Amino acid sequence: MAQPSHSAGGFRLTIPQATRSQRWQVLRRSATFWVGATIVVIWVVFAIFGDFVTPFDPLGTPADVLNRLEAPSGEHPLGTDELGRDVLSRVLAGARQVLTVALAATVLGTIFGTALGLVVGYAGGIVDEILSRILDAFLSIPLVITGMLALTALGPNTLGVIVVIGLVFTPIIAKTVRAAVLSERQLDYVTAAQLRRDNGLYVLFVEILPNVANVIIVEFTVRLGYAIFTVLALSFLGFGIEPSIPDWGLMIAQHRGYLTGGIWWPVLFPALAIASLVVAVNLVADSISQAFE
Amino acid sequence: MTAQTAITHPALEVRDLALEYRIGPDWKSALRDINFTVERGESFGLVGESGCGKSTVAMAIMHYLPRNGRVTQGSIRLAGRDVTDLSPRELRDLRVNKISMVYQNPGTALNPSIRIGRQVEDVFELMGVPAREREGRVRQVLDKVQIADPIRVMRRYPHQLSGGMLQRVVIAMAIASRPALLILDEPTTGLDATVEAEVLDLVRDLRDEIGTSVLFISHSLAVIRKMCDRVAVLYAGRLMAVGPTEETFNNPSHPYTVGLLRCLPSPETGRRDETTLDTIPGFLPPLGAEITGCIYAERCGNVQDICREVEPELIPVPGDSVSRCHFWDRAQELPRTVPEAAPRRERSEETLLAITNASKTFVQDGAPVYALHDIDLEIRVGETVALVGESGSGKSTLAKVLLGIHAPDDGTVIALSGKGLSAKVAQRTQGEIGAIQMVFQNPDSALNRRHSVRRIIGRAVRLLRREGRKETDDRTKNLMREVRMGSQHLLAKPRQLSGGLKQRVAIARAFAGTPALVICDEPTSALDVSVQAAIINLLAELQAEENVSYLFISHDLNVVRYIADRVAVMYLGRLMEVGSSPRVFAGPHHPYTEALLSASPDLEEDTRIRLEGEIPAASNPPSGCVFQTRCPRKIGVICETVEPPLEEAEPGWFKRCHIPIEELRLLQGQPPAEVTADPATT
Amino acid sequence: MMGRFVLRRFGLALITLALLSVLVFIGTQLLPGDVGRRVLGPFATQESVDALNARLGTDRPPLVQYTDWIGGAVTGDLGDSITFARPVTELVGRALINSAKLAALAFVIVVPLSIWGGILAALRRGRLIDRLITVGGLSATVIPEFVSGIVLILIFAVTLGWLPGTASAPRGSGFFTQMRHLLLPAICLTLVLFGYIARITRAGVIEAMEADYTRTAILKGLPRRVVIRREVLRNALLPTIAVVASQMGYLIGGLVVVEVLFSYQGIGQLLYSAAQNADFPLLAGGVLVVGAMFQGSMLLADLAYSWLNPRIRLAGSG
Ligand code: SF4
Ligand code: SF4
Repeated sequence: MAQPSHSAGGFRLTIPQATRSQRWQVLRRSATFWVGATIVVIWVVFAIFGDFVTPFDPLGTPADVLNRLEAPSGEHPLGTDELGRDVLSRVLAGARQVLTVALAATVLGTIFGTALGLVVGYAGGIVDEILSRILDAFLSIPLVITGMLALTALGPNTLGVIVVIGLVFTPIIAKTVRAAVLSERQLDYVTAAQLRRDNGLYVLFVEILPNVANVIIVEFTVRLGYAIFTVLALSFLGFGIEPSIPDWGLMIAQHRGYLTGGIWWPVLFPALAIASLVVAVNLVADSISQAFE
Repeated sequence: MTAQTAITHPALEVRDLALEYRIGPDWKSALRDINFTVERGESFGLVGESGCGKSTVAMAIMHYLPRNGRVTQGSIRLAGRDVTDLSPRELRDLRVNKISMVYQNPGTALNPSIRIGRQVEDVFELMGVPAREREGRVRQVLDKVQIADPIRVMRRYPHQLSGGMLQRVVIAMAIASRPALLILDEPTTGLDATVEAEVLDLVRDLRDEIGTSVLFISHSLAVIRKMCDRVAVLYAGRLMAVGPTEETFNNPSHPYTVGLLRCLPSPETGRRDETTLDTIPGFLPPLGAEITGCIYAERCGNVQDICREVEPELIPVPGDSVSRCHFWDRAQELPRTVPEAAPRRERSEETLLAITNASKTFVQDGAPVYALHDIDLEIRVGETVALVGESGSGKSTLAKVLLGIHAPDDGTVIALSGKGLSAKVAQRTQGEIGAIQMVFQNPDSALNRRHSVRRIIGRAVRLLRREGRKETDDRTKNLMREVRMGSQHLLAKPRQLSGGLKQRVAIARAFAGTPALVICDEPTSALDVSVQAAIINLLAELQAEENVSYLFISHDLNVVRYIADRVAVMYLGRLMEVGSSPRVFAGPHHPYTEALLSASPDLEEDTRIRLEGEIPAASNPPSGCVFQTRCPRKIGVICETVEPPLEEAEPGWFKRCHIPIEELRLLQGQPPAEVTADPATT
Repeated sequence: MMGRFVLRRFGLALITLALLSVLVFIGTQLLPGDVGRRVLGPFATQESVDALNARLGTDRPPLVQYTDWIGGAVTGDLGDSITFARPVTELVGRALINSAKLAALAFVIVVPLSIWGGILAALRRGRLIDRLITVGGLSATVIPEFVSGIVLILIFAVTLGWLPGTASAPRGSGFFTQMRHLLLPAICLTLVLFGYIARITRAGVIEAMEADYTRTAILKGLPRRVVIRREVLRNALLPTIAVVASQMGYLIGGLVVVEVLFSYQGIGQLLYSAAQNADFPLLAGGVLVVGAMFQGSMLLADLAYSWLNPRIRLAGSG
């Protein structure tokens, strides 16, 4: 063994806690963060400006049917799909659907979850018990199945996907925020606020909230990853998407039957798009949580 | 290694040791030019404030540095053998047979999922003791660290034992191999004074018995003084002075040592009305700071021009010592930082706050926990009442009851200036809330780390005074001045301030309204010695200026003796003794106070009174006198059946004990009072 | 003490299940509004819708429906599926057996592999292999199964032709043929689970390696091998147990996608077709069973954890 065994572990040094600027320094130096962030930004740009940059109309034109399932060529670098639409255009345009739905759902869940977590953590007691049970109940069913169940009941619509995912995220995020609030509440500055009979809302939002902000940021990024995962799984299964909208999951679902016939381009390229986006989002999430914890 | 070399070499020789830590991208010097020798059979102390590198020295000796640490220079010789270039095998061998270590926080030092017996047995297994002898050896060694029931303890898991007991087990493991060198790194920090005293006694006995050399690391001068033959004073990763303990502390030859000693109140220092405590100005330089000349120059009262240019060597000085000071012979002429004259204050006999018949019962897992019982206490205008007792005695609960954070049981009466006070803070008037405030132990916890100093103090001013914006702002700035802080700190966040400054902010906040009573819960125990003195001075000055009363919770009896006018001793939720501070310290004492006082490391061992066992659970207090399970003076059945009342045995002096005062006087070897006690009553 | 813990934990699981049943009931009976209409579609006559509602009992007041449904569930009767016209219990039971085979194969592959990977990463912290396992594992974890599945099919089934692209083996095939068919979907699940379990293991090992007691053991002179095996792994793997069990939940969710992709007749596929056909009794029963299984596995994990952890097992007997 080249490295002697005595340095197998470490011990706690009295190093002051990382400050905000140091945290950004850690982030700035992290290669995974930059790789992830760059890819995410690229997809976000396509999601916003997709309409202007796609070479063809992602929704297709009636004339397209003439060139169904063409292999990648100079004109269609990624080939065409079963309706003759340009795969490249659809892949680029598909970023919008998944990103808006996932982002909206995560924002929804984070706002409600944070509010709920703050209140429950501060109030404690029976409210806390009830939240834990509801959370457990929600968590007993995988998110994809919850989504399927709710969307079957509600019928296919994008808003439904957002609400369902946001709703399931709410108690999950609330639980994380609650734990952070509970440990903040142990601190004496909260007692000090009590000793000047400070307003509960002030204590909650001005004293405690800034101190749990890091936790919320980390939770948000992690949840965003899960949201993307779930949105795509649901659209792959055909839930919650109107069929004409360019969507990666749906594209794969619609064309996977052609795989055995050697027609791989309408399936592989959306798959790669998905892989790049989810991996990128999670690299960002992961480097943020490492920098913040 | 032959017996010959073993005799000629000292147990430990550290030469020119230098060490760095990588913080972020840079390597920063943490230790430099460390030189000392521990002779065979000697107890050597390493003393210094937090961040000076004490533990790093220990870890370098054990060859167990964190992954971001590296030795850049120097040698460490254990019995003549350099440990900096051992193979892993040799290193392990060394750890098994030659050197052991005990460190702070025994609660985490043992593996939580392995039985005690097995963990101790390891040591013997590694030493090559045959399997059938091991159990006996384990029992023996546990016996040796005075564990009463080794068989039972061996079957336990760590979480089932108390801190003191765990530290005994760790010590047992450390001495099992009769190592040549035993390193003790803050072994009693975090333990109660009574437990600390026991552990220290044990270490001394063992050392005498086994004859190991000991390297004792501590921030506490008193502990080092008691335990060590020679001592090295560490500051900012450099040795400042090395020499025999007596010489180093009684005849210090370095301004830093002189300063440290002056910061500490001791029985010889006058009380707060007679003298201020001296302080050390300034701050420890940050890790790796590049300083030319003497590293202590910034804070040294003796500094000359040359000090800033030439770094002093370790200069041999009389009394077999060395000192890293150009002007070592003038060390004791160090000018005082603060004028000696204590602030003058007025006191009155008027009662400010009275709590009568107070009890507090918590409910835990459906069972009652009697946290406070039958408390009667009075605090007068402008006076300081100290509250002392082991952890778990109910000091903090009493404070929280007074503050209205915990509602006491029915029947409790709290009165402020004669007017009844609501049990809950939410029902008190604004004036009443401002009148009772608190300074917490740990400023890091007490100050919101996201808020600026202005906001922290300003918010309290606003809510407690409810004046206009301008008045609030003026008052905030005023408070900053009162705690001797400049307005340049107003926009700072707590982490930009040193520990002492943070505590000042917390004190300023407590004075935001015009408090009549400030409860100080161990306000200095999280601070370094040099900072502690300044905070105590500040509290004394503020008291003189504002005529405020303090309820001062502390475990440091020297601080209590210095600052308190009256002392209340608590045990298991009851007041055991209450009286003026000089009276309580002079005796005759309640048996519990007597034990507490004798646990102080300042005292020599032969006068110690041992306290058996641990403080009982408040959910199941002993019958009769609650102290009877541990009382060394227990007189018999009456102690087990009848709880003594808190009675005024002398004017202004109360005790809760069946033994009459005259008898206590005799028992504690004090000259009888005017009237001779009647021995026939014994 | 332990007895009380078990009782409490069991009670909590029951409460959670009861809550879950209410949620499922709301989702399948109340949210859809007129169940009969949802099943039969907008063009069915009102009479046939009413008839279906009467047959399903969905014309009764919600409370009656719920008590009836949950009463049946307790006795093992979850009603009949609309599309398959067979008892839900029977359909779910059959599908569960299939899914269990797939899940078991995935677990057998992923659990040892990921725990080993996590330990390796922790012991080589900061080195290349650590980055590979953590970053690679993370990336694999977050890629949806249908993406990795497609790529696997493309490579191993379409291009190389080594493994079948569907999971269902022909009727009556032997054990090995069955396993061969299940291998690609199992790898799919493994990819997702590996990174997660490996990371938890790694974190646990690192924490234990930095614990004071590990320092004690090292400074005692215990050989590194023993330190890692006895001090570190013993304390580090405890939390991993809980995580592995909680992955049951994911596994079932992942099964939906994987089973659909590989056309395998498991519980996921069953729930999927129930959802597509608005077969509410089947959907409700299936989800309830899935939830119960998840709670059961969490309960077992908790009990195992507390049994192995003396701090809980012996709490209060100090
Ligand atoms: S060398 Fe100078 S500055 Fe340093 S301690 Fe001595 S007198 Fe003070
Ligand atoms: S009453 Fe008895 S047990 Fe209690 S302190 Fe006095 S002598 Fe000790």
